[in-house]
Amino acid sequence: MDRFHSPSAYVFYGLFAFLILATLVAQFLIRSGRVTEPTAGNLTQRIRAWWVMIGVLALIFTLGAGAITLFFALCSMAALREFATITHTRRDDHDGLAIAFYLILPLQYLLVYFEVPVFAALLIPVYSFLLLPVVTVFKGEVQGFLTRVSETQWGLMVCVYCVSHIPAILTLDIPLYRYSAFTLVAWLILVVQASDVLQYIWGKSIGRHLLAPRVSPSKTVEGLVGGMLSATVLGMALTPITPFRWWEAGLIALTVTGFGTLGGLIMSAIKRDRGVKDWGTLVQGHGGILDRLDSLVFSAPVFLHILAWGWM
Amino acid sequence: MTATIAARMTRAGLVAAARVLLSLRAIDLPPKGSGPRVLVANHVSHADFVALWSVLPKQLRLQTRPVAGADYWERSDLRRWTANHVFRAVLIDRDPASRRSDPVEAVAEVLRSGEDVIFFPEGTRNLTDARLLPLKSGIYHLARTVPEVEIVPAWILNLDRILPKGAFLPVPLNCAVRFGTPMQVGPGESREDFLNRLSSAMLALAEAKG
Repeated sequence: MDRFHSPSAYVFYGLFAFLILATLVAQFLIRSGRVTEPTAGNLTQRIRAWWVMIGVLALIFTLGAGAITLFFALCSMAALREFATITHTRRDDHDGLAIAFYLILPLQYLLVYFEVPVFAALLIPVYSFLLLPVVTVFKGEVQGFLTRVSETQWGLMVCVYCVSHIPAILTLDIPLYRYSAFTLVAWLILVVQASDVLQYIWGKSIGRHLLAPRVSPSKTVEGLVGGMLSATVLGMALTPITPFRWWEAGLIALTVTGFGTLGGLIMSAIKRDRGVKDWGTLVQGHGGILDRLDSLVFSAPVFLHILAWGWM
Repeated sequence: MTATIAARMTRAGLVAAARVLLSLRAIDLPPKGSGPRVLVANHVSHADFVALWSVLPKQLRLQTRPVAGADYWERSDLRRWTANHVFRAVLIDRDPASRRSDPVEAVAEVLRSGEDVIFFPEGTRNLTDARLLPLKSGIYHLARTVPEVEIVPAWILNLDRILPKGAFLPVPLNCAVRFGTPMQVGPGESREDFLNRLSSAMLALAEAKG
């Protein structure tokens, strides 16, 4: 029964309590007419999606490391699908994409799960980078060659390599830390996702100055600062469940939310360039899975390296 | 016609599989008016019909029948069963030399009974590099025979990238079906003009973004 009394379990109890509160507040705001359509519908949809997402995360955390790794492998699959869909890849890239989906992706997660960190670190940035274009080169189509192979490589880096760093955190065995690495994964996901939500709320309420108007029409400086700072406070408040001191927790929270925000901007620029608003339609009210994962994608590797260098 | 349980289960399975594997969605599906309509789409793979059919809302799907080549679908018992009971296909003989009944009349009959049809106006699967083959005149004759029918142009996106010719492993990409504004054949509009208008409407959907 230990897994129901671990710090990560308590994080989820807190989240469920918060979701109940959010649902009640949203219903009150909608019923009393303070929030009207279309915002009301979107709000309901978003909260429902959060119930599903947090429910699924709670379930896989209860099931263990295998379930978490498998879950993020499936997330990678869905994310890579969204990414590959909007690239310039064409028929001649079919074999390369098939290898990315059916060979490299599963292999990466097997390397993570069976703790072969050296190969997990090299497979995509080195071997897929060197060998995957070979498959395409023999197709003989040179038009847009660099664009197409780069896009496939970018898709693998963003959707598979970076995402696989989240379950990779579970393989860390941190000396003198009372809890398991599960707690750190929960801390990372909570802080980074909270930063996203809080940036949205701060931006909606006091946002004036657009951060990068050509890249993202909704991100404001006020939202960014307010969201990152309040998520950092949240991260610091959770210091007792981390191996960090309170000011270290603050600095690390600031770093991961910073990378998360930059990730969101970079992914927005790609969407904008390709003329789409959302990556997909998988998560109701949120767009695609990449719309939800983008900030984690850019913060997970940094978080893993901070832990590996500073606490091991 | 009552669907047998096996046919119903096959149908539900196919639709669920298509929706999950292809992450299908409909873009700009026009609401159904009072009259019958013909959904007209590009044809690049065997999965086209299932894709187009699966994005329709269930009520609409059950009264939408594909028009398919009898030569292909009557080749085995399984295919014949699938065509007749799972898809409720309107099978037509594509060979003018051998056929005994008028295929346009067979489809027109279905439309007059109030059901919609899915029609691939290229007449066959497009295995070339061109985006769209020259349209056959069947769709023009159909629109002339049933003047109140609405022709809804549609474009099935990405299926040619998911399973290009010669490949046996589908790559999972998001697939969508984009619909255009319903059109009708104008009074006195010639066959060439109508077919040109229809193919430009379809190609415009292929180029559209979002």
